[in-house]
Amino acid sequence: MVTISNITKTYNKRTTLAVDDISFTVNEGELFGLIGPDGAGKTSIFRMLTTLLLPDKGTAFVNGFDIVKDYRSIRNCVGYMPGKFSLYQDLTVEENLNFFATVFDTTIKENYDLVKDIYIQIEPFKTRRAGKLSGGMKQKLALCCALIHKPTVLFLDEPTTGVDAVSRKEFWEMLKRLKQQGITILVSTPYMDEAMLCERIALIQTGKILSINTPEIITRQYPENIYAVKSNSMSKLLYNLRESELIDSCNTFGEFHHITFKNDNEFSQSTLLEFLRLNNHQSIVLKPIQPTIEDCFIRLMNK
Amino acid sequence: MQEIVIKTNKLTKKFGKFIAANEITFDVYAGEIFGFLGANGAGKTTAMRMLCGLSTPTSGTANIAGFNIYKETEKIKKNIGYMSQKFSLYEDLTTLENIKFFGGIYGLSNKQIKDKSDELIELLGLAKEAKKLVGTLPLGWKQKLAFSVAIIHEPKIVFLDEPTGGVDPVTRRQFWDLIYSASDKGITVFVTTHYMDEAEYCNRISMMVDGEMKALDTPTNLKQQYSAASMDDVFFELARGAKRKAD
Repeated sequence: MVTISNITKTYNKRTTLAVDDISFTVNEGELFGLIGPDGAGKTSIFRMLTTLLLPDKGTAFVNGFDIVKDYRSIRNCVGYMPGKFSLYQDLTVEENLNFFATVFDTTIKENYDLVKDIYIQIEPFKTRRAGKLSGGMKQKLALCCALIHKPTVLFLDEPTTGVDAVSRKEFWEMLKRLKQQGITILVSTPYMDEAMLCERIALIQTGKILSINTPEIITRQYPENIYAVKSNSMSKLLYNLRESELIDSCNTFGEFHHITFKNDNEFSQSTLLEFLRLNNHQSIVLKPIQPTIEDCFIRLMNK
Repeated sequence: MQEIVIKTNKLTKKFGKFIAANEITFDVYAGEIFGFLGANGAGKTTAMRMLCGLSTPTSGTANIAGFNIYKETEKIKKNIGYMSQKFSLYEDLTTLENIKFFGGIYGLSNKQIKDKSDELIELLGLAKEAKKLVGTLPLGWKQKLAFSVAIIHEPKIVFLDEPTGGVDPVTRRQFWDLIYSASDKGITVFVTTHYMDEAEYCNRISMMVDGEMKALDTPTNLKQQYSAASMDDVFFELARGAKRKAD
């Protein structure tokens, strides 16, 4: 449904490399995630696929249409929700939705089924100006407007950035329901935990793809065993782990630190526990765990 | 007895009939890393603006770094640092120019600014970027620089509003190293975040729900209190009860 081949994009007279020779495909009906921090090149990719930017090099097709030659056809069949709120602030909720339906030569009524679940949540505020909505409601309205012409591919650029954990969860449930209706979705996010909710993901950093696969396979491919460690003094524990000769990598992960050993064996583990006890750590926990996407991302970044 | 640097009593802000912050009462101790959590629209920004002396409360009292929130807002501003995700540095000034500018704003002498500049460039490893425009730096570097600039005048308290949003996972952790070292120096860190793993790094966490402070304790105690496996679950448990839907 989306095919990108060796796409490169630079800015500022070719001095800033935003997207560096990237290739990937998104299959029909797939929920595909671009996972990476700010500056990774996610927005540039979206803007090229939605025909708002031209690539320096490479080719890409959306729904069989060339992003350079067939830009008009692409604009008719894709929905795009940019990272920055881009609806008309001085039009009401209903007027915005009506506007986008009309521009695409359709009506709210005709495709109401598609947006119904989402729209009923903001319908009580349909006479309110879009500029006066809260972040969560703006996001729902923007999604409705991107959907109202029944696109075949939906591009969502960081829809959950700056949104709290509860609203984020709700948003992903909406995406799952849209997927069930057969819409292909390409979504980007800087939140690593959201990667697990996609069918396939590309981990992306400074314009390059670090890894591309299902989240399960990416985490399974982590080459070492990861252990979670905690004690009664976490900041001192971090310091001690960093100075220990036994440790290959050590990163904070909420209430635990995640570590890998240089030589992963029982001797290393018992030596580490001894070393921590000598440093007056108490209530020490050391246990093997499954790596998360964030573990994988950090490892690939440091490589 | 620990020194208290933020003390509020029934701090309230109303916009017309809407109660954005409702009788918030809490203390923050010197050198503490204090996490300020809540769903969108829970009243975090309103509360933070009052604490920074930018917005006058409707009722209640508060003392920030020893100064009265009604009468001494200018003194409050001199004794705190502030950084947000959105605006923190001038993109069209260089790294050095930004340090010099904010140092000047906070009343540092030329000698102090020179020393601080050298120290920060060294600490952050920005020697090559010292004369580059801040706009050309990666976000993570900008945020580390913005934090260092926000505490250039060694304030008693620094307020951080979602400082790590969108920052890559490695730089995000380096940012927390900076927070820890500021806290070790005795600077109180008042921080909001949407990353629940970061909530675990705070000494104490407060949770705003519908304009009220619904919970305040250490991450360990909160997890126990709500029989939750993680801070994520605590957040859900509390935020799910919210009536005000991000609005």
